[in-house]
Amino acid sequence: MERNTKLHGLVALFDTPDQIIHAAEKVSHSGYKDFDVHTPYPVHGMDDAMKLKPSKLGYVTLVFGLSGAAFALLLMWWTMVVDYPMNIGGKPFFSLPAFIPVTFELTVLFATLATVIGMITFFFRFPDNKHPLHDTPYMQAVSRDKYGVFIGASDPKFDVKEVRALFESLGGKKISEIMEIEKTWQDAFNPKFIGILVTTAILVSGGTYFALNKLLYITPFNWMEHQFRGVPQEKSDFFADSRMMREPVAGTVARGHMPYEFKDSVAQPADPVENPLVNSPEIFKLGQKKYLTFCSPCHGDYGDGDSRLNQQFPNPPSLHTTKLRDWKDGNIYHVITNGQNVMPSYSHQMTVKERWAVVSYIRALQKAKNASETEIEQFRKENTSNGN
Amino acid sequence: MNIDYSKELPIVQGRLSLGELEDLIAKPMSEKPTPKYYIALAITLTLLMIGATSLGFTFYYGTGLWGNNQPVGWAFDIVNFVFWVGIGHAGTLISAILFLLRQKWRTAIARFAEAMTIFAVMCAGIFPAIHTGRPWLDGWLLPYPNQHGLWVNFTSPLLWDVFAVSTYFTVSAVFWYIGLIPDFAVMRDRTTGKVKKFIYSLFSLGWRHSHRNWQHYEKSYVILAGFATPLVLSVHTIVSFDFAVSIIPGWHTTIFPPYFVAGAIFSGFAMVVTVLVFVRKVFDLENIITIDHLEKMNKVILATGMMVGYAYAMEFFIAWYSGVQFETFVFINRAFGPYAWAYWIMVSCNVIFPQFFWFKKLRRSIPVMMVIVIFVNVGMWFERFVITVTSLHRDFLPSSWGYYVPTIYDFGILIGSFGLFFTLVLLFVKAMPVVAISEIKAVADGAQPTHHGGDH
Ligand code: HEC
Repeated sequence: MERNTKLHGLVALFDTPDQIIHAAEKVSHSGYKDFDVHTPYPVHGMDDAMKLKPSKLGYVTLVFGLSGAAFALLLMWWTMVVDYPMNIGGKPFFSLPAFIPVTFELTVLFATLATVIGMITFFFRFPDNKHPLHDTPYMQAVSRDKYGVFIGASDPKFDVKEVRALFESLGGKKISEIMEIEKTWQDAFNPKFIGILVTTAILVSGGTYFALNKLLYITPFNWMEHQFRGVPQEKSDFFADSRMMREPVAGTVARGHMPYEFKDSVAQPADPVENPLVNSPEIFKLGQKKYLTFCSPCHGDYGDGDSRLNQQFPNPPSLHTTKLRDWKDGNIYHVITNGQNVMPSYSHQMTVKERWAVVSYIRALQKAKNASETEIEQFRKENTSNGN
Repeated sequence: MNIDYSKELPIVQGRLSLGELEDLIAKPMSEKPTPKYYIALAITLTLLMIGATSLGFTFYYGTGLWGNNQPVGWAFDIVNFVFWVGIGHAGTLISAILFLLRQKWRTAIARFAEAMTIFAVMCAGIFPAIHTGRPWLDGWLLPYPNQHGLWVNFTSPLLWDVFAVSTYFTVSAVFWYIGLIPDFAVMRDRTTGKVKKFIYSLFSLGWRHSHRNWQHYEKSYVILAGFATPLVLSVHTIVSFDFAVSIIPGWHTTIFPPYFVAGAIFSGFAMVVTVLVFVRKVFDLENIITIDHLEKMNKVILATGMMVGYAYAMEFFIAWYSGVQFETFVFINRAFGPYAWAYWIMVSCNVIFPQFFWFKKLRRSIPVMMVIVIFVNVGMWFERFVITVTSLHRDFLPSSWGYYVPTIYDFGILIGSFGLFFTLVLLFVKAMPVVAISEIKAVADGAQPTHHGGDH
């Protein structure tokens, strides 16, 4: 580090803590503002001697500590209540007691890091290895076992002779002048600098690419895509038939697919299956929907056998014949499930429940189309009295 | 030696001047390492390599290489984790709690204990990281917006652990570094080597021993100590929640947090004494780290050892008093079941042997304390083993009872963690001042003004 001829300040060394306290008191008393005391360790009573105001560092801690707490609570509230609520044993999403540990830790983390970083950068203005006091015999002495006072040339009261006299009167030793350090600027287009920059960029991006695209796909980093388990359609060395997929045990019935009892009988069964559904508006809704989808194209919207297929196809019969009205529900179900002559089976289009719902709907149609006058009258009465 | 307890002992014995103190502490850093040092390093590095190899196998083949399986799903990984985190607690206790309690004798051992904290937490951190099975995905432990659309579960004690341990590590490291800044400046100003000077300058950040800085510096030290104190208590409390918040008999107990914290300080002090006994001898620091310091630590060991003993007794009492059949069974099974050997190792090492410290002669005898603290270290490791394994190996369903046996990889990783710890300790004592130079200067005789502040 080159020094120039501009004066930075004057320094003096003292031997005992008592002397330095005295010196600090005198210097601050004489009205100097740009002065400092350098001691190998904090000397008690120096704050008063130098007339320093209490450190404001605590405010940094307070503000950032509270921010840490607020951040933690907000983060947990947002993730656990708003963005991804998880029901854990029916407990409230915002369960404060369980949030305390993380809140506490983040408070401590924010507060301490802010205190330290704030102190180093804002209060100390560090890093500063190019300060004029560095690499001087003075600094080496106060680093070891001496106590030093410094008065800066930028102080309005500063006068070399006066300061020297003050130091001498206080018993200061090795009084010396500290010169400013020549500020040197580095050229941004220095080929060496640019070379280092480019090399760093290439190494960092290359390394990142390699790590994320290659390294992470080398064993053991296999992302669990290779596992010791049977995959369907793969060849098996274990089973005699060399197939990984196994056949279900004979007689296995899949859930919801109980086979129809009269699957193989073309004729109507003598004792057909009972309708398992209990009538309800939902069932009729479902039956209507399925009927209009699957049955109405042939049997007509109201089961009169009057669809536009009439005369173009073996005529679909009306569903209001006495024969049909006398049938049990299970007989109609039998026709839907097994089909009848040219009418195909609907067991693949509709679930068991949907088929029974259609049966119920057909029953409703039959009732509506074949009601007697008195029944209609009664229905009207009930509806008007209920409707109001 | 006869000690007059009516007046405070000088913290530094032998009346060294400030400069002599500094020379003594800085000596190991300016000298070339001796062959003995290299032999010690070779041993610790061998241990470290054993651990690295076991870890390598674990990474390649997966955690199936370990002994844990149903019903003992947690074993060496969690045992070692709790053991090492516990060791770390001594450092923060000495540097923060004793600082707030104005125990000046802490100065001589604080730096070293803090370093041990950091190394111990590093060792501890390995275990939760590797027991996830795919440690390269451990980033998923942190709450960050991701393409899975998931967040971590903030109500899980295991997640609290992530926050507690990482905060603890960060704050300890920062606390330690802050303490080191003036010492780096001292080293910068005394060293002659160019490279060393560059490195020390870099880390000293340009510290100038200015009182305008010391003022904030001292303030920050109080603040950090104030935060580190509840932090250190919270960390082992949260570690104990890993167990206590579950519903396994033997784990689900409210005594766990204080019991764990006492145990942590107990084991940590034992480890500090173990290592300090060697360090003060090898680096001629007997005048700075005196027998009085060791004695004081032995007293803490005695006190915390009795707390741990009380906790053992209380667990049994509550098991009986609660009348819960499962709880009673677990504790009887602990003392007399298949793992009775581990239980009695724990009790004798942690409760019986420290009782010798009632006698001043034994407290101040280096060979005696060496034996006892090593017993304590062993005993505290077994305490975690007993808590973890005996509670799990016979759970509610007798059909799934089992007997856990660790594999060679489990032992390899444990040995490796000791290798890492002692390697870091060895590197530390050679690269940085083992005793806080500026702090020890401040408490030396005659270092403070005869009259404090005020008008005169
Ligand atoms: C492709 C046109 C077509 C569709 C669609 C159709 N059917 Fe038919 N259906 C017929 C024909 C044609 C017959 C007469 C079959 C025969 O010759 O026995 C018939 C017969 C019937 C019978 C027996 C009538 C009797 O008198 O024997 C019932 C009941 C019946 N259908 C119900 C339904 C229901 C319910 C649906 C809706 C799921 C449906 N059909 C859909 C064409 C159809």
